[in-house]
Amino acid sequence: MNPPANCHPVIEMRGVVTRFGDNLVHDGVDLRVDAGEVVALVGGSGSGKTTLLRHVIGLTRPAAGELRLFGESLLDGRAEHIRALQRRFGVLFQQGALFSAFTVGENIAFPLREARVATDAEIRDLVALKLAMVELEPAHALLKPAELSGGMVKRVALARALALEPELLLLDEPTAGLDPDRSTAFVALIRDLQRRLGLTVVLVTHDIDTLAALATKVAVLGERRILSYASLEDTLKVDHPFIHRFFHGEHGRRALARVQGGN
Amino acid sequence: MSAPAPLHFDRQQGVASATGDWTLRALQPVLRELRARLGALPADAHWTLAGVERLDSFGATLLWRAWGQRWPERVEVSDEQRALFGEVAAAASSPLPVAPRFTVLDAVAALGTALLSFGAHLADFLRLLGQLLLDLGRLLRHPHEWPLLEISANLHKVGVRAMPVTALVGFLIGVVLSYLSALQLRAFGADIFIVNILGLGIIRELGPVLVSVLVAGRSGSAMTAQLGVMRVTEESDALAAMGISRTIRLVLPKVAALTLAMPLLVLWTSGMALFGGMVSAWLQLDLSFGFFLDTLPAVVPIANLYIGLAKGAVFGLLIALVACHFGLRVAPNTESLSANTTASVVSAITLVILVDAVFAIATRSIGVP
Repeated sequence: MNPPANCHPVIEMRGVVTRFGDNLVHDGVDLRVDAGEVVALVGGSGSGKTTLLRHVIGLTRPAAGELRLFGESLLDGRAEHIRALQRRFGVLFQQGALFSAFTVGENIAFPLREARVATDAEIRDLVALKLAMVELEPAHALLKPAELSGGMVKRVALARALALEPELLLLDEPTAGLDPDRSTAFVALIRDLQRRLGLTVVLVTHDIDTLAALATKVAVLGERRILSYASLEDTLKVDHPFIHRFFHGEHGRRALARVQGGN
Repeated sequence: MSAPAPLHFDRQQGVASATGDWTLRALQPVLRELRARLGALPADAHWTLAGVERLDSFGATLLWRAWGQRWPERVEVSDEQRALFGEVAAAASSPLPVAPRFTVLDAVAALGTALLSFGAHLADFLRLLGQLLLDLGRLLRHPHEWPLLEISANLHKVGVRAMPVTALVGFLIGVVLSYLSALQLRAFGADIFIVNILGLGIIRELGPVLVSVLVAGRSGSAMTAQLGVMRVTEESDALAAMGISRTIRLVLPKVAALTLAMPLLVLWTSGMALFGGMVSAWLQLDLSFGFFLDTLPAVVPIANLYIGLAKGAVFGLLIALVACHFGLRVAPNTESLSANTTASVVSAITLVILVDAVFAIATRSIGVP
């Protein structure tokens, strides 16, 4: 909708270094994500895409560097302050990570209940609304996560991520494990919600279809840093072996042709 | 951020105007005040939302409820906001189904389900036993298929690594039992009988049952959880897909290892408990170690040791079988995992105590002087 007047970048990383034992994963990663952008993080397996996402969520801490969300540091500050920051984004985990002891409705209501902002009646309305947003029926609210198909799990997880009206949405492999039909439908849903709610989105993906359909910018992670950070068209022009293999390989070419032909 | 609630009411013209951000984050600090003021507005107020910069579904739901779930008579909203209110209204008018209430009929049905599921448990348990027997028959014909490595690994896990905790518990129980008995016995001048009491009680009863309770909590729960997680992560399906028998690879090694390890653990724990009792008797009654050890074989027939070891083997077999039975029943979700692990430990301990009673009756004329 309206970009906020105070133009802090939503995410700002400077010189992020990550080490697992002797293994140096990131060595000086700089990344800036502005409000309203959809940034796709791509990179080979083990290039630390998901680790970078986990830094942003606050599940792990970089060994060095600076990491700011909405202009405020995520790395220093009181735990309470960091929790408040964490309420401002929603996360869609790769496997959905729904609480298997709760029903679908309770899963979506959970963040609202924990935040203690809404009355029970309001929570019911909001859960019905979120379910409608992700194109599910109210009757689905009584199902348990174990009874859902893969596509429905992702939709419910998306509804739960949206429960606290986040400004930033973090997606880890949003279309992994979905068949092509469902994957296309889910991508369309994310794009629609992103536009309607004015969300900033960061997604980690391997799937060129998803990337081409959603991303306004592509950040390529390789050699422990960001190799290129530009729109998809400009990324394709970058001359680097990994980018070549990723986008101009057999599969990449076909997917890009399909997407560009389709639009 | 303690700005006043973004709501103004012009009493003379009867116009309520919302301003600023109507988002969850912006409203949260002033929510209590805002709710009170929304509730105090007259129902026929006119509304204008022209000053609202951002509106999210939480803000819209709050307003929609304040309006009594219908449009106010006169309202000024943008098209974008109108669309959002349309969604909120649609969601509010198709409410979530409510889970059916629990009635007497449900209670009766629950009782029936419990009985049926007990039957299902028995049938499953029998099936597991039968499968194990069939597997044993197969292994006797093909001796090279014995999962010796797994059995040895399990022996280490359930036997060797359980030694410190069983030793500690056994020693302390021995000390306490000896101390309490000594107090009573000294009153009668029957100090000597401490050896009989400790010998019979620990070797025949306390040792096997104590170890069983510890092992059910320590190894039984671990077995159930391990099999359960393998179900959750589809590892057990992968095993079956390779044509490898789940019972031979997963269940049999655990059952065999625990059946072998338990008598040894019983021996070890009983020994430690007797040692604790000896230390306590020495401090309390001045009975020397030498006297205690000399008297023990004379007053406790060797049959008691055999009974204790036999109990250990049987209890170990039961604990492992129960643990595997519940582990294989885990459905792929966390709730089922925790329920089955609890059920495994509780059932194993209950079963051990029941079977102990059967042992007591069956061996009532053996080994008692």
